Amino acid sequence: MFCDECKQKPATVHFTQFFNGTKMETHLCDTCAAKKGALFMNGQFSIPNLLGSFLGHTFGILQQTAASPNNLTCSHCGVTFNDITHTGKLGCAECYREFDQALEPTLRRIHGNSQHVGKVPSRGGEKVLIKKKIERLKAQLQEAVTAERYEQAAEIRDSIKELEKQLE
Amino acid sequence: MSSDLLNSTYVRWMEPGPESDIVISSRVRLARNLQTVPFPHLLDDKTGQACWQQITQAWQKSSLKDQLELLSFNNLTALDRQILMEKHLISPNHAEANKFYQGLLVDKEGQLAIMINEEDHLRIQCLLPGLQMEECYKRAQMVDDELESNLSFAFDEQRGYLTACPTNVGTGMRASVMLHLPAIVTTGQLNAVVHYIGQLGLTVRGIYGEGSEAMGNFFQVSNQITLGQTEEDIIANLTAVTRQIIQQERTLRENLKNQMHIQLEDRVCRAYGILTNARMITSNEALGHLSEVRLGVNMGIIDGIQPYALNELVVAIRPAHLQKRAGREMDPLSRDIHRAEVIKEKLTSRKAKPGSSPAAGTSEEK
Repeated sequence: MFCDECKQKPATVHFTQFFNGTKMETHLCDTCAAKKGALFMNGQFSIPNLLGSFLGHTFGILQQTAASPNNLTCSHCGVTFNDITHTGKLGCAECYREFDQALEPTLRRIHGNSQHVGKVPSRGGEKVLIKKKIERLKAQLQEAVTAERYEQAAEIRDSIKELEKQLE
Repeated sequence: MSSDLLNSTYVRWMEPGPESDIVISSRVRLARNLQTVPFPHLLDDKTGQACWQQITQAWQKSSLKDQLELLSFNNLTALDRQILMEKHLISPNHAEANKFYQGLLVDKEGQLAIMINEEDHLRIQCLLPGLQMEECYKRAQMVDDELESNLSFAFDEQRGYLTACPTNVGTGMRASVMLHLPAIVTTGQLNAVVHYIGQLGLTVRGIYGEGSEAMGNFFQVSNQITLGQTEEDIIANLTAVTRQIIQQERTLRENLKNQMHIQLEDRVCRAYGILTNARMITSNEALGHLSEVRLGVNMGIIDGIQPYALNELVVAIRPAHLQKRAGREMDPLSRDIHRAEVIKEKLTSRKAKPGSSPAAGTSEEK
């Protein structure tokens, strides 16, 4: 197979694109692919656009189950879900809450997960830190009970109660 | 002190470090955003100004005050920004930024840098020589904690640190290593390695990150996933995979040495010959030959060249560094001529014995 572009060298780079469900294949030789490379990276194959199609696809699924999120607007920064599918970027931190449902499948597709388990800032994350501490203590409580260290278990139970009060 | 980073070729990551025959540098980057300010791409002059002030005030109140220097991009020329990019201190995207509320906080040796208003309000990065993932992570976290005491970062219990692009949400952390893998490439194993890396939630990129091509057998391996894994897991995973790649590269280098000794020496010495004799050379060609020479130095085929000089050359031959050195703008042709001069000067001035062939000690036939 020869290169679509120069029609002289054998095609070694193959692209498959989907536009509105139509499949388009491009076959290029390495020289023409390198030339086009810059174009691809700055143009239709950029990360935001890839991400946009991720999000757009999500929207396709959502359309059947919920109201169209495309016209949803973030009350904080004014960005619409439609904007996000085009730029691949959210407008502000609030967007994550405003578009929570629409984002969930996208996050799963990108990360295979949608629940954060890493670092929590000590500022603004106080409650989360307390919750995590409670979870840890509960595990210790279980251990203490299994090992029949009841005195220790009672102490842990008291600490948990104390922390739970702080959460209210 | 910024003048050092802008006017010389030196950055800390060029120095020797653990496993630096294969791992050039390690990097950890944390993306952070302010709670109530729109993300950078939505900032205008007024909101940008407020954002810049919040960030710079937090820095001035922190213990990082004397350690880092502030560069505002509207005070830098496009060439200076490109210099910072070629040194890996800012991203290619950020190098195009010139708003007064965009900039960089950086230490003297370019180990710690905080990009201000790139894709996110803050991108804290630690860049060290060799394989030092944990140390990078530790230092980046320290900066994060330090800034956090004066700034409220956008954080959600379920989604973690909130970022402009959902590919960074969660830990906001991108950890990466820059690897030199000539033996893996030569023996045609690269695809297998890339495939293996992809299966472990990691990704391979070219020398200047996202969208850049792989030149001179240099590759950047980084974590793909930022949500649902702890920072420690990400670091441990990347380190473990890197160690395996190192092992693979070393084994293949040994095989090459044992089975194709003369061919290998020939390749290395030819590359050295071209680099020290060429009158003009493109960036791509130079990187290819530098890769061979680097392999030769690390395998004891060539002596008298410091690995540091080779790392330095990878940066020194890039367009902005060449033009800075010449003190004028240059067209590609003059750059090619100037590049050949720079390389020749660096390589020949570092020979152990002036005038002797660098391969003289090892070229005897067995």
